[in-house]
Amino acid sequence: MSDANYPEDLLYHDQHDWARLEGDEHAVLGITWYAQDSLGEVVFYDPPEVGATIDKDSSYAEVESVKAVSDVIAPLSGEIVEVNDALADAPEKINDDPYGDGWLVKVKLTAPEEAEALLDAGEYRKLLEKG
Amino acid sequence: MPVTYEGVREEHSAVRTHAGMFDVSHMGEVEVEGPGALAFLQRVLSNDVAAIGLGGALYSCLCNEDGGVLDDLFAYRLGGDRYLLVTNSANHGSDLSWLGRWSRGFDVSVRDVADRYAMLAVQGPHARAIVQGALAIELPPRMRVNTVRIGKRPALACGTGYTGEDGVELLIDPEIAPAIWAELLDAGVVPCGLGARDTLRLEACFHLHGNDLTPERNPIEAGLGWCCVEATGFVGCEAVARARAEGAAERLAPFKIEGAGIPRQGNPVLVGDEEVGIVTSGSFSPSLEIGIGMAYVRSDLAEPGAEIEIDVRGKRRPARIASKPLYVSPSSRKEQ
Repeated sequence: MSDANYPEDLLYHDQHDWARLEGDEHAVLGITWYAQDSLGEVVFYDPPEVGATIDKDSSYAEVESVKAVSDVIAPLSGEIVEVNDALADAPEKINDDPYGDGWLVKVKLTAPEEAEALLDAGEYRKLLEKG
Repeated sequence: MPVTYEGVREEHSAVRTHAGMFDVSHMGEVEVEGPGALAFLQRVLSNDVAAIGLGGALYSCLCNEDGGVLDDLFAYRLGGDRYLLVTNSANHGSDLSWLGRWSRGFDVSVRDVADRYAMLAVQGPHARAIVQGALAIELPPRMRVNTVRIGKRPALACGTGYTGEDGVELLIDPEIAPAIWAELLDAGVVPCGLGARDTLRLEACFHLHGNDLTPERNPIEAGLGWCCVEATGFVGCEAVARARAEGAAERLAPFKIEGAGIPRQGNPVLVGDEEVGIVTSGSFSPSLEIGIGMAYVRSDLAEPGAEIEIDVRGKRRPARIASKPLYVSPSSRKEQ
């Protein structure tokens, strides 16, 4: 597993999710290093279906480790346009590379302005330090 | 004991392929001694205590008058009229009160000796060889106990475990436990936590009291009729005999999820739209790489091959009742 890291080019939700904006209308979503570390080895990812709509601050998927299940909270609202199918056979990618191969879904944003309410990497790190 | 040291999968695999150790010092110990020890234990334990020879071990239930399972435990015969019971930590206090209450009228002393022992379970196909090499003690065969010296102190080496692998459980002086742990670590034994302990025991279909066994369920429902000998007249034997004769409405059965999904304790079991049971233990099986569990289900469904569905947080996951154990280690022998 990688060391703790929170890339500067991402936006963060306080429920330990990240969003990478792609143009004005799309974003890739995933869970942060902290989230995967708390959860432990991910053994199952239950993705939403392409075409489903997700709402900011609501659960849109589940990730499960040997010991526990955790809801994945949407940092932004949108419609799922792609899910990371590779995770079906290799959910451990979420641990190994939470910001790369471990991405969860790609969405077409329905309220792009919501991004303004998310945290940048520095703010998210501060949130973690506060515990 | 932490949930994990380096990762549940890694620790699970260490026990299945090499050797892992668990600090199970939280387990309770009760010493039962005196001329009336055998008669007393026959009264409180469900199994036939007279069958334990010197240095033998026996798995039993501790039942209430209604046949409900108060605890499940191992009894070791250390001397002619001296036995050691190893209790589940959550039940240790209530077990002691229960044993105290039923000991009246028997010429026996019941002592809480939990402070006297630390307990290390060393399990896996290489566990015995490594323990033998590192500690230079003579290890007992399966289901036996040897009185030995470890770290120059009296200790017990038991041929028992909770993983479905061969191995030993060491009851040692708490003062020397850290040194023994370090010695075994140096010898290549992998420290394992509660997470792996649970996945290993579930693959082996060993019950966890509080999940699969409760005072509201009797041993017949739980599939533990084999460790109940009603002829001994134990507390609860009438209820157990009735349950055995009449058959239980529900029985505990292991199952495997077919496809995706990980069952958890409390998930309903469904057939069509009917709720036919409840999951009492569920997890991801690192050996089988699927979701597995144990559930109390309607008795007619508690047979290997029966098709059921598990309601995992609102999603129906097809599953099938399996036979025990869910995973057979190539190197294991029958235990419990």
